[in-house]
Amino acid sequence: MRYIPNAQDDWEAMLRAIGFEQLEDLATVLPESLRLKKPLDLPLPLSEMELVEHLRLLSEQGTGGKRMVSFLGAGAYDHFIPAVVDHVLRRPEFYTAYTPYQPEISQGTLQAIFEFQTLICQLTGMEVANASMYDGASAVAEAVLMAQRIKGRKRCLLSRAVHPEYRRVTSTYTHPLDMRLSEIPFTGEGITDLEVLKRVLNEDTSAVVIQQPNFFGCLEDLEEVTRIAHARNALIIVAVAEPLSLALLQPPGHLGADIVVGEGQSFGNALNFGGPYVGFFASRENFLRSMPGRLVGETVDQKGRRGFVLAISTREQHIRREKATSNICTNQALCALAVLVYLSTMGKQGLRELAEINLSKCEYAKMRLAEITRLRFSAPTFNEFVITVEGDLQGILRKLLHEGLIAGLALGRFYPEMKKEVLVCVTEKHSREEVDRLAEVLGKICGRQGERGMAR
Amino acid sequence: MKEEWPGECGLVLNEPLIFERGARGRKGYSLPSLDVERVSPKKVWPEKWIRKDLDGFPEMSEVEVVRHFTHLSQWNYGVDSGFYPLGSCTMKYNPKVNEEVARLPGFVAAHPYRPEEISQGALGLMSDLERFLAEISGLDRVTLQPSAGAQGELTGMLMIRAYLADRGNPRGKVLVPDTAHGTNPASSALCGYQVVQVKSNERGVLSPQAVEEKMDEEVAALMVTNPNTLGLFEENICQLVEIVHQKGGLVYCDGANLNALLGLAKIGEMGVDVLHFNLHKTFSTPHGGGGPGAGPVGVKAHLADYLPVPAIVRDGERLRLDYDRPKSIGQVRSFYGNFAVLVRAYAYILSLGAEGLKRASLVALLNANYIRAGLKDRYYLPYDVPCMHECVFSDRLQNKYGVTALDIAKRLMDYGFHPPTIYFPLVVHGALMIEPTESEAKETLDQFIEAMVQIAREAETEPGLVREAPHKTKVSRLDEVLANRKPKLRWKP
Repeated sequence: MRYIPNAQDDWEAMLRAIGFEQLEDLATVLPESLRLKKPLDLPLPLSEMELVEHLRLLSEQGTGGKRMVSFLGAGAYDHFIPAVVDHVLRRPEFYTAYTPYQPEISQGTLQAIFEFQTLICQLTGMEVANASMYDGASAVAEAVLMAQRIKGRKRCLLSRAVHPEYRRVTSTYTHPLDMRLSEIPFTGEGITDLEVLKRVLNEDTSAVVIQQPNFFGCLEDLEEVTRIAHARNALIIVAVAEPLSLALLQPPGHLGADIVVGEGQSFGNALNFGGPYVGFFASRENFLRSMPGRLVGETVDQKGRRGFVLAISTREQHIRREKATSNICTNQALCALAVLVYLSTMGKQGLRELAEINLSKCEYAKMRLAEITRLRFSAPTFNEFVITVEGDLQGILRKLLHEGLIAGLALGRFYPEMKKEVLVCVTEKHSREEVDRLAEVLGKICGRQGERGMAR
Repeated sequence: MKEEWPGECGLVLNEPLIFERGARGRKGYSLPSLDVERVSPKKVWPEKWIRKDLDGFPEMSEVEVVRHFTHLSQWNYGVDSGFYPLGSCTMKYNPKVNEEVARLPGFVAAHPYRPEEISQGALGLMSDLERFLAEISGLDRVTLQPSAGAQGELTGMLMIRAYLADRGNPRGKVLVPDTAHGTNPASSALCGYQVVQVKSNERGVLSPQAVEEKMDEEVAALMVTNPNTLGLFEENICQLVEIVHQKGGLVYCDGANLNALLGLAKIGEMGVDVLHFNLHKTFSTPHGGGGPGAGPVGVKAHLADYLPVPAIVRDGERLRLDYDRPKSIGQVRSFYGNFAVLVRAYAYILSLGAEGLKRASLVALLNANYIRAGLKDRYYLPYDVPCMHECVFSDRLQNKYGVTALDIAKRLMDYGFHPPTIYFPLVVHGALMIEPTESEAKETLDQFIEAMVQIAREAETEPGLVREAPHKTKVSRLDEVLANRKPKLRWKP
């Protein structure tokens, strides 16, 4: 009971004050018929030492604690996190605080969110950004709902090169609201088919959702997509799963995007088996009052000093209830703080250099893997690309795993027509040796060896 | 003010916006040297796609970054700072070992798409946590996917909708009591339902008659919070469930207040069909200044087919993620949930065990009733009956001196306490909703009661002092009207 200060002596005094005799008697506020007669069937409590050991074993189960060399990306990116990020996150004043409803004693959280909102705006080229969403997928879904509110139209187009889980979540969110989602195919180059987009875009379409770089790592022609969507008076929603790309790419806001959403995990948030991550949500100022989620605004106190508060909250559920722009309440504040600390540490120069390292390593990996497999798409990429592997793919991936290598994501699970394809991601964490090793082992398994592999 | 109050003044450091700090050329990062040929974006991308620079980004050394955020953190109040009786939020202590186990390298480095055969530990943890939550709630199946309570509500309501649609009609309305959290009506609306408000009775709970009057064959569900936001057990719950079930509807329970019931009663045994848990309330995971949380959902067997994908299923010795569930509502977020939050909740349950969880609830009840008894002579108590985990007062007695709940809340800061939730639930005018949790020692509660009593006295004798509060915080009351009228939501270069 190390987390419960009051012990027997305390209870006795307190129980007397409230007119009860035994601690157990407090349960009598519940109807007799509903009171549990036997203890919960749970494991016996563990001491701190036993708990740590138990969880350590669980965490290592399957890998024996050995580090795998993984080329998985696909919406969750393995970037190095500087020590400063977790040190800031571990400040209890940050992580043990609630939502900043009382601004006078929450200025730390509020200013940090204000700074986060600013950096998201700068990164995306948008005018306003909120305090965070759950993740990239739910941010896309909320963006689609927002576009429908703005446009009053029931149809939305999503590129098939948008992350499949983002599309699934959007489908879940829109299903009960009588909205129609249609998918736009991708071309042999690996980008959204703009000819099809032009054909199917009509007056009933509220928005077009496109991902940049797309799920295959390929770069879309955002300017052109935006021109097509705007010609039909539809909004353009840009989803960004790998925001590091924005250090080198034109901000979507400068190319006409109306809503830019995405996943901020890449910035200072670990893989954590899929969560918690952090969605970001940015838009234009004129859509401000249609936006979901919390916003922090600057103001002054009674003495005219700068301070921050939750602002424009008449959009939100605790005030508007069923008329709110979203039901979101708890968001991912601490993960957004990680993004902020990470971006502040990397800074103006560091983030660009890091992005160039990712690009360079990815180009190297493309070159090496092209010697033994085939690159599926020809469009330019950032830090991910798709290869086609001939042979029994599942068997090959299993053999690689036994060598401590995870080659990437087999795309057949999301694209039935891509049974031979693997999505490969390369970041600054991969050394040249690791890429070479993947190429060599894969070459051996596939019975082919790259030139360099032979030379060794 | 006497000197023994927690609230004292210390050195508060000023800190500009991060954008106003640093200078050109400063670096807080170090990057690995490039071991492959450098490829400039110009070489592989069309030139017009390339960004010129990261305008407005900070340029700071590591020490400046650390000082900036340390200063910011010092302007915050957390559970580790002191008493945080924020009603309905269950601000209990966040155990430190949970922070450690959530950061075990094997969890931190686990990619969600890595092969299942090397993720058996993580999947096993999730599967066990589902089982624990099912046992605690008396429900049959649990999904851990939803990111927070509100997303849990959405998930639960989508399941109810799918279940009813399968039986011919998803129906069009949801009954929500006037004591409900704002997320309840908002989540119902997100599922396309019209919200019908049900009034609570003079005892602060739902009466069977009130529900019966609104219940018809167009009502999909009743959403109820139990205990409710007045800290009162919905004593008619079994009858309410029967009324709703008789007309073919289902009952959804908002589990925000589950900290009152651990090991004492099971929501499932009350006939409820769906329940969401707030792991960041009941199961001690930190709130992080607004998140991340986790909002798992438990259901009775008849709704199990509708749970989100993927489900964790056991094939012999092995666990796997099952996406092939045709009746599922789909996915509500990417991957499997806020895993690192789940680890903390799992660690909490294993640390306390059945006896510890029950103790936590009983002491939470004790602490809330102790505060209720200690303050009822000085503050108006609209429902004067023993409460569960929280008690709700109002500012009625202080109003005659021109002092409001807001003023009382602000004045509490000077004494060194986080204020309670104010102006909620909406059924109590000027509400002060106090939830002490089990994490507080008797002397802290005594001190809080004394501070509240003193503020009540100040309201009579020196109302200006209360109305102008807080006096000791870094900033005084902030101009919210200005923030809304002229929104300034970002810094501009």
